[in-house]
Amino acid sequence: MFSFESFLDLPLVWYSLIGTAIFLYILLDGFDLGVGILFPFAPTDECRDRMMNSIAPFWDGNETWLVLGGGGLFAAFPLAYAILMPAFYIPIILMLLGLIFRGVAFEFRFKATGKSRRIWDYSFHFGSLVATFMQGMVLGTFVHGIAVDGRNFGGSAFDWLNAFSVMTGVALVTGYALLGATWTIMKTEDDTQAWARKCASYVLLYVALFMGLVSLIMPLMNSDIKALWFSLPNFYFLQPMPILSVVFFVMLWRDLRTEREYRPFFLTLGIFLMNYIGIGISTWPWLVPFKVTLWDAAAAPESQSLLLIGTVFLLPCVLAYTGYCFWVFRGKASHEHDPAY
Amino acid sequence: MFSQLDPVFLARAQFAFTVAYHITFPAFTIGLASWLAVVEWRWLKTGNPLYEQIYRMWVKIFAVTFGMGVVTGVVLSYQFGTNWSVFADKVGNVLGPLLGYEVLTAFFLEASFLGIMLFGWNRVSKKMHFAATVIVAAGTLMSAFWILSANSWMQTPTGFREGVDGLLYPTDWIQVIFNPSFPYRLVHMVTAAFLTTAFVVGGIGGYYLWRGLHVKHARIMLGMAMIMAIFVAPMQLLFGDLHGQNTFKHQPAKVAAMEGIWETEKGAGLRLFAWPDQIEERNRFEITIPKLSSLILTHDLDGEVKGLKSWARIDRPPVGVVFWAFRIMVGLGMLMIATGLIALVLHFKKQLFTTRWFHLWCVAMTPAGFVAVVAGWFVTEVGRQPFIVFNVLRTSDTISPVAAGPIAISLAAFVITYGLVFTAGAYYILKLIGKGPETTEEDTYGSHGVKQPPLVTDLAAGTGGKDV
Repeated sequence: MFSFESFLDLPLVWYSLIGTAIFLYILLDGFDLGVGILFPFAPTDECRDRMMNSIAPFWDGNETWLVLGGGGLFAAFPLAYAILMPAFYIPIILMLLGLIFRGVAFEFRFKATGKSRRIWDYSFHFGSLVATFMQGMVLGTFVHGIAVDGRNFGGSAFDWLNAFSVMTGVALVTGYALLGATWTIMKTEDDTQAWARKCASYVLLYVALFMGLVSLIMPLMNSDIKALWFSLPNFYFLQPMPILSVVFFVMLWRDLRTEREYRPFFLTLGIFLMNYIGIGISTWPWLVPFKVTLWDAAAAPESQSLLLIGTVFLLPCVLAYTGYCFWVFRGKASHEHDPAY
Repeated sequence: MFSQLDPVFLARAQFAFTVAYHITFPAFTIGLASWLAVVEWRWLKTGNPLYEQIYRMWVKIFAVTFGMGVVTGVVLSYQFGTNWSVFADKVGNVLGPLLGYEVLTAFFLEASFLGIMLFGWNRVSKKMHFAATVIVAAGTLMSAFWILSANSWMQTPTGFREGVDGLLYPTDWIQVIFNPSFPYRLVHMVTAAFLTTAFVVGGIGGYYLWRGLHVKHARIMLGMAMIMAIFVAPMQLLFGDLHGQNTFKHQPAKVAAMEGIWETEKGAGLRLFAWPDQIEERNRFEITIPKLSSLILTHDLDGEVKGLKSWARIDRPPVGVVFWAFRIMVGLGMLMIATGLIALVLHFKKQLFTTRWFHLWCVAMTPAGFVAVVAGWFVTEVGRQPFIVFNVLRTSDTISPVAAGPIAISLAAFVITYGLVFTAGAYYILKLIGKGPETTEEDTYGSHGVKQPPLVTDLAAGTGGKDV
């Protein structure tokens, strides 16, 4: 049996890989869930068609990152998977149901005629909304900490439901809405784009508010997190992140008042990246905060090694052809009902 | 409120429901993707527009089915953790990498190139579009490879050891991936998927012929489907037999349940009909063909077949479900072979496309593949009970520490959601079938859906549109 543990910190490698996969999921499905969140507020049906078409070729691939996140966690850190999934039982199931309602809407909506199309508009919207809100609650519960009993989840069915997790749920809804709005700015034109611009500036305020709140509450909630961020010399090393976040916010705020089409989306990605790294630093090195570290949760070295070989070759391929697909569907989305035919 | 309910039973019911629902979509899309690749290849090779029109009709059905397969598949990748967290913890070292490879080699490939397959007509060349179809088809097969390897390992686990901590550790990856039942299960399932698709395509072709609609397209559909029924359905009987032999060797209790045999017998008969009684340990209303079971399983009229009583009561699978699911699967397989034989006879009499009762028969056979696939999975999964990893881990020991209440409510939520989604999906697929292949070239010019130049439209209007 081969294993790379003699020269690699395998759990750390896998922590970075799964961290990257989950981040890519948040960005990629984030913009299409965001489009779903904004969907019913678009001014016309034609706008909605354009928005839908702008994500129809991608949603399936985007959602696959969620499967990689779940499957990867199972493969590389089975103990964390085994504790976290029962802990998040109800929100995960609700997220999955939400994803079903929005996923089928892509195909059903274009096949439906007349009033029944409305059903799938709302199925798409509420599915996206519920899935996002649940993801945000899961995130809030995660940073709040999980009760553990031996190798099992030790809490009760509704541990995930509290004021903080509700707030992170709403925060993620605004975050994805911002991603969705800036994506729509990039992929559409005319009145759809103008509307998305307005949406983005409006949502941006809420995103800033919630980011500020979370950044304040997390150190107050947990003294370790406070010590990590505010002790010296960490304080100086970690300064670039809040500073960059503010810079991105200001640039985005200004861009939304210009004709720029692409940069707002990428600035939003930057804001998400800063937040994500911030949460990563705050919960380091816990995989089940604040009970199980990434080394304790790691699968056997031979298991992590086997999957690593494939990942080293396959992940670049996945990124390459995902990039290719985005390139094939570059440019502005049309409003035709059935762009394929 | 839920305290009297058994969480193990609820978790099993939930997984059985979600996985059985899910498998019907891959069972169809694995075959459909490969068939679409063949149809597109025929189109590129012959330039016959009928193939293009068939492709464009079926790719829409593919899209609806694939979408439902994706969303119901995501559920499964999380259910291992939500409902079977102890299982996930104990076998994660062994099965985790296999599922990881499935995502990396198959899911991304399918999901990414599906976009091009559906929406890429005007954006990539014909060859690239064909490549996308082939890649999606390859992705579906790759996915089948990994998930069936993982499932087969749970049936016939090899290449692992049990650690002092109670977790399972891999010792030989080749033995884990290519475990004893894997090659048989893979061939049997992929063939089943091809047959499922063939009978759906054949059923729709038969429907059109029966109604006298889209006759040219229907002939191609029915013809291609019957090629599968004639050649592949009998092969499936052989693959199934080999798979059965393999099960007989590694999981004899499952075979005893499939055959409804309680006492160890030499020269065991084949029970055509019986009502197995788990408590009284016997069959009621038995109709038996003498010695046939021994002949099939051991290739010897007097070969010994172990009966269910050889195992302690708590180690026996539920007999009735396995027994009857097996008969449903085999019965439908026989009907598929019969369909192929009739088609062959009609073909030689040059009546395949004119025999109306046969077209109606094909319509009736449309769901045969789905039912057979689900029945087959019931045989193998229920037959593995009471173990989740055969002879290693008991199902009842691997459940999540979640109360019956949330499991019962989520089960109900899945049943309602899937019911709604299935109804809508079936409705839109039936609508697409009702619409049929689009042959009118009114607003398209050439094969890439480009808008027709106005000049040509005007000319066409002048000639009554006959020449367009």
